[in-house]
Amino acid sequence: MGQYTYLAGEAVLAISALALLLVGTFGKTKSVSFIRYASIAALVVFALSGYITGAEGNAFADSFISDGFSRYAKALVGLSAAAALWFSRSYFKQEKLDQFEYSILVLFAVLGMGLMVSAGNLLTLYIGLEMQSLALYVLAAFNRDSLRASEAGLKYFVLGALSSGILLYGMSLIYGFTGSLDFGAIGTYISGTEHLSAGITAGLVFILAGLAFKISAAPFHMWTPDVYEGAPTPVTGFFAGAPKLAALALITRLIMGPFETVPHSWQQVIVVLAVLSMIIGAFGALTQTNIKRLMAYSSIANMGYALVALAAASQAGVEGMLIFMTIYLITVTGTFACILQMRTRDGMVEQISDLGGLSKDNLPLSLAFTAMMFSMAGIPVFMGFLGKWFAFAPAFEAGLTWLVVLALLSSVVGAFYYLRIVKTIWFDDQTHSFVKPPVSLAFLTSTSALFLVAAWLMPFITAPARGLIETAAASLF
Amino acid sequence: MFEGIPILTIITFLPLLAAGFLTLMSKLSRADGKGQIETNAPRVALVTTLAVFGLSLLLLVDFHAADAAYQFTENRDWLGGGIKYRMGLDGISILFVVLTTFLTPLCIIASAKSIKTRMLEYMVAFLILETLMIGVFCAQDMVLFYFFFEAVLLPMFIIIGVWGGKDRVYASYKFFLYTLLGSVLMLAAMLWLYHYSGTVLGEPTTDIRTLQQLDIPAGAQTWLWLAFFASFAVKMPMWPVHTWLPDAHVQAPTSGSVILAGVLLKLGGYGLIRFSIPMFPDASIHFAPLVFWLSVIAIIYTSLVAYRQKDMKKLIAYSSVAHMGFVTMGIFAMNVQGMQGAVFQMISHGVVSGALFFTVGIIYDRMHTREIAFYGGLVKYMPIYAAVFMLFTMANVGLPGTSGFVGELLTMVGAYQVNPWIAFGAAFGMILSAVYALHLYREVVFGEVKNEKLEGIKDMNMREIIIMAPLVIMTIVLGVYPSLITDISAVSVDQLLADFADKVGGN
Repeated sequence: MGQYTYLAGEAVLAISALALLLVGTFGKTKSVSFIRYASIAALVVFALSGYITGAEGNAFADSFISDGFSRYAKALVGLSAAAALWFSRSYFKQEKLDQFEYSILVLFAVLGMGLMVSAGNLLTLYIGLEMQSLALYVLAAFNRDSLRASEAGLKYFVLGALSSGILLYGMSLIYGFTGSLDFGAIGTYISGTEHLSAGITAGLVFILAGLAFKISAAPFHMWTPDVYEGAPTPVTGFFAGAPKLAALALITRLIMGPFETVPHSWQQVIVVLAVLSMIIGAFGALTQTNIKRLMAYSSIANMGYALVALAAASQAGVEGMLIFMTIYLITVTGTFACILQMRTRDGMVEQISDLGGLSKDNLPLSLAFTAMMFSMAGIPVFMGFLGKWFAFAPAFEAGLTWLVVLALLSSVVGAFYYLRIVKTIWFDDQTHSFVKPPVSLAFLTSTSALFLVAAWLMPFITAPARGLIETAAASLF
Repeated sequence: MFEGIPILTIITFLPLLAAGFLTLMSKLSRADGKGQIETNAPRVALVTTLAVFGLSLLLLVDFHAADAAYQFTENRDWLGGGIKYRMGLDGISILFVVLTTFLTPLCIIASAKSIKTRMLEYMVAFLILETLMIGVFCAQDMVLFYFFFEAVLLPMFIIIGVWGGKDRVYASYKFFLYTLLGSVLMLAAMLWLYHYSGTVLGEPTTDIRTLQQLDIPAGAQTWLWLAFFASFAVKMPMWPVHTWLPDAHVQAPTSGSVILAGVLLKLGGYGLIRFSIPMFPDASIHFAPLVFWLSVIAIIYTSLVAYRQKDMKKLIAYSSVAHMGFVTMGIFAMNVQGMQGAVFQMISHGVVSGALFFTVGIIYDRMHTREIAFYGGLVKYMPIYAAVFMLFTMANVGLPGTSGFVGELLTMVGAYQVNPWIAFGAAFGMILSAVYALHLYREVVFGEVKNEKLEGIKDMNMREIIIMAPLVIMTIVLGVYPSLITDISAVSVDQLLADFADKVGGN
């Protein structure tokens, strides 16, 4: 067995994805529900697998790494994907789109993400990334009869293919100049040379550009608003969560791995990405009227904040990024569960103005939505504030004071558009009456809202989570 | 009395508990029980806030004024990384806690009649607000402080935005974004302090007491001081960042205005005393002249602006800015009289300006307008009201015998020792305050009844007398016997100034 136990989680995913594919093919429409629940179960097992087996080490000539970092990242990815499957149920039923392929595609995407966060080799990196991306392209166009969804899928695919090309080119440069695909060997080569050759730097910049596309960091963010708007809402919710973390984890593994000794070669790139993302995310959202497009800009800005933590190039920075992303994933899951509840008798609505006077109609949903928005804005009492605190604190140690000040100022601009949603909910007159939301969604929104409000009262949850994050970050150094 | 009881946690979170209870009740009740809940919500809120007030009085009794150390302290693990749940009170902060718990029940009584819609939500928002306000003054940890300090914005945003006047959305946005912009700069400075404490002490900490003992390089102090000042100056508010206040006051419902003027404005002054002076002494000395001039400009300029206002609430709002000018002036005099005066002035202004907003609220509830020109000759129909209004007008002017006099006198004595011209300017501002306050009083209360709509306007009813009575008593008692306040804060103020002198002398 040996090194195969490291892949236990991935094996569960792969086997269940294939088996469920068969079930779906032969089981007709009746099996859709079963497949969804089985997939959720598989995702939860995948999420916990690292902690259950406790296996730690490298497999297959170091091309697959299982350590504290990959475990924590997989736990987050798996759980947020499971939540995304969970909240897709009512939507697809009501939109008459309920096909079993959706669950299978999510499983394959997560399998790719599992490979990404465990990558120890440029090839694993690429395979993982492509596996994830291909599944995501299809998911974006899942509602194939809708023009908007097809457009979103196509746009995502074309630009995604372009970014993969950039990524591959960067990889080839690195391979050419270092003579290896293996992270460890590349690292040894780099730390052994006195002057980093321009080819390696160029290769790294290309790779980072390709990955920046995946986390929709500016200036590689153009696809985000259109894809977010066009894709079916639960798919958008999925996009905003797990894939972002997986790609960020991949970036982290790369820059804190082989390129750890030469932070000057990538720090500037990360800083530029962070600055542009924060500014474009903040100002781009100001004029949006569609809530999904708003969330797209919000996720661009949030990736900028996460990159601020990484720019610190320290263990505390990785910790900060993981704390920030954990809170971000919870918030974004809850927010999309809220958005999915915006359903009138005539179908889904997506305009911010449609939320008018929600507080008179549905108080629990209004409270939860308000909590999400304030949390995203980073106002204290909500966990979003702590995410920002821990993400920005390490950047000070790296002497990036101006970057932190900029991040905080851009979060004030961000507060403006989050406030607009709160304002619409509480101050405006009622425009629609939403239909009663299914229990699954209400449950998801209220638990995540409750967490965002009250987690700081629950040291029995936050303390162990802090411990896991610390081990995760420590395992990279 | 409170050995082993986490009394500060209880006082802080009791209102929150009541808020949770009310929410739960409304959730559990059947549709036909909603009306009942709407009527009971103010009662629950009143009982809770009175209980909190009672507890805070017990705290005051149990407080050892001769002891400069923090009392009723609590220290628990919280978020890790040196961030702990630290609570405690000294002679300065306990006064603000009592001020908060004193004003809140009055606000609840007032709003039980003047709020017409969504009573339950209003009470919930108010109870949450009380928790956060008490929390700010109890927090002895920087992150905990910021938590409460910033979170106060949320219920206030909702209170102004939902129950406010015509331009409520504009006012609530302005209020929120103005203060948030100031606060994020403070947050940046806090992050720097957190990082710096890690490099100096080995372990990062956010304990305010420990941070006060750090020696921070003078260059860094300048920036940190400015960042903190950005936040506190907006909260105070100081000229020229005061423009959010008149808008917020005019749009907020009466009890919202009372809390805004009574407690929220004090957060800025309290922050200056708690953070800026002890942590950045060199920068404080360096910037003191700037603060002096800003204060004097605030006192004179906003007094002049106040005189020209047509809206009663706006007038009082501008007068608040002027009075807060005395506070900043006193704090940065950095001597006992100035500091004591600043603390006293804040408490006194909390009572007096709160009372003034109540007096405006009383006639607003009857006539639904705050325009000064609308009124006139109210004394004919409302003799009790005229008397009460007279008292608070005098207190606002700073007439001897009222609480307003003591604070202004002390701060001016403090400032005189540093710079006589500043004290002169402030004294000139006092004359101007008489101009606008008496102008307001004359226009509204005296003169002929020109407006026939005012015929037969009713005098204060029992509810309003109950609200005003404690405020009247406090204004006079504090004016006649100021030691009630100064005795409690004396030792803490001395300690603060002694530490300050040590740090400046040591460098």
